[in-house]
Amino acid sequence: MTDPGVPSAYVRDKRTPTPSREELRARIPGWGVDLDPADRPAHPRLQYPADTGAHWDFPERQPEKWPRERSVEHAFLTPVFGTAQPPKGLSGAVRKYAYARFSEGRLAHWMLLVVGDRLDAAEHRLRSFASTRPDVPATGVRTEFTHGGLRSRRGRSDARHHLLDPVVVAGPWLAAAGGAAVGVRRLVRAVRG
Amino acid sequence: MRAMVYRGPYKVRVEEKPVPVIEHPNDAVVRVTLAAICGSDLHLYHGMMPDTRIGHTFGHEFIGVVEQVGSSVQNLRIGDRVMVPFNIFCGSCWFCARGLYSNCHNVNPNATAVGGIYGYSHTTGGYDGGQSEYVRVPFADVGPAKIPDWMSDEDAVLLTDAAATGYFGAQLGEIAEGDTVVVLGAGPVGLVAAQSSWLMGAGRVIVVDHLPERLEKARTMAYAETLDYDEHDDVVVEMKKQTDYLGADVVIEAVGAEADGNFLQQLTGPKLKLQGGSATALNWAIDGARKGGTVSVVGAYGPIPNAVKFGDAMNKGLTLRMNQTPVKRQWPRMFEHVRNGHLTPRDMVTHRFPLEEIAEAYHVFSSKLDGCIKPLIVPSAA
Repeated sequence: MTDPGVPSAYVRDKRTPTPSREELRARIPGWGVDLDPADRPAHPRLQYPADTGAHWDFPERQPEKWPRERSVEHAFLTPVFGTAQPPKGLSGAVRKYAYARFSEGRLAHWMLLVVGDRLDAAEHRLRSFASTRPDVPATGVRTEFTHGGLRSRRGRSDARHHLLDPVVVAGPWLAAAGGAAVGVRRLVRAVRG
Repeated sequence: MRAMVYRGPYKVRVEEKPVPVIEHPNDAVVRVTLAAICGSDLHLYHGMMPDTRIGHTFGHEFIGVVEQVGSSVQNLRIGDRVMVPFNIFCGSCWFCARGLYSNCHNVNPNATAVGGIYGYSHTTGGYDGGQSEYVRVPFADVGPAKIPDWMSDEDAVLLTDAAATGYFGAQLGEIAEGDTVVVLGAGPVGLVAAQSSWLMGAGRVIVVDHLPERLEKARTMAYAETLDYDEHDDVVVEMKKQTDYLGADVVIEAVGAEADGNFLQQLTGPKLKLQGGSATALNWAIDGARKGGTVSVVGAYGPIPNAVKFGDAMNKGLTLRMNQTPVKRQWPRMFEHVRNGHLTPRDMVTHRFPLEEIAEAYHVFSSKLDGCIKPLIVPSAA
């Protein structure tokens, strides 16, 4: 007889008893109602749905109002697409290049899109300074005071990396301010000769 | 109209935008009456999803009232109360024809690896989302469904993603009677995944998180055992101990790319963006499952690579199953479960914010302040 202290993993059968159906049904509302895989949605897999609501073989094409960027892994522009935020400025040029030049399988495709995102943010930030509603570094921070910022984080391990958030948010601003200060100083020196 | 607008990482606000118009004969325009912030919206909020453009309106969990319909729409009428799956899908491509609605090939020109999603960057098609007063809903005859009279607005909005994804996570696990199921994450998806695991015959359900209010919710809402990873030096070892050194038969990864629990993963992922996000939960799933077991992944990840322990998955002979949820496919059966009280998505709602306080809502949810598990957003025109 094997020592009963040997865990299940080292012998043939599980040694930890599973509760009976009756016990589980008494404790858990609805226990086992989907026990039969046939009761679960889309069983068997990849079955043809009876009716999806589509009344076309191929959808009518949405009008393309500007050259819509698309993955080169597509045969053509999909018949329906989003029209939010058309690409603009330098960020738009980077994004269009990423789509036109690299497939989704290439890391360069995604890295260029990330670069485009950062350029987009910088472009909008500059533009916001000329508007009546300039961007602020972080929003919603007042809830730290109204929704228990300190109390909520007490004893939580993720509070450690929350400390990095102000660095992540303020870092680019500080770097830009530092760069601008150095630039201005150099300019002043150059002008003074 | 008023709409949530992305202004860069950690910066969102409400702005005035034009009301969307019909752009395709099968479009509808829906007036949003209730929306939610999803955990996956935080990937966008933190600047982790490539091609998230300034000015984008997030929001893929919403319900509303049909305001306009295109010329070819047959199944919806103006005034219908509808719930809209987070997937945009045509219903007719090779993938939709096989029920893979989340993998539709006709709606996302920007990428072939992911389908169309409302308000989820240009990587998923460049559609503005539902954290706004109005939203364009493509393929109105295919995606939206009328909200049954008996269903609460809270259940309806949660069924558009979080609840459907939790149920789908359990389904992907192919749970057999008596299985030990570990659910990583006691957020909205994990809570419903835990509830659903019981429906599919689990013998034990253990939910792992570190936030006391979420673990409490897992116990009361999902009748689960709980494991607080902050209380253990190595949660994988604890999972092994709790399963008699076998590991879990099924692990459902309901966290995704924001996972806490490993400082280095957080630093290199969400903070410095040197990888697609934090793969902590995915690695715990791989290491916590038993050999020959199944890992179901419904936590969201972006297209940039992650530091995943793939060798462990290979050597353990794991079955890895995953997808974005094909929401509408799940609905008929889920509606029965909600009506019978076997699934109770509304129980996870902790906060409601007016749309005008969207910045506050994102900060509270992102930092998990004030016991926030699921925040709903109420548009001003609702």
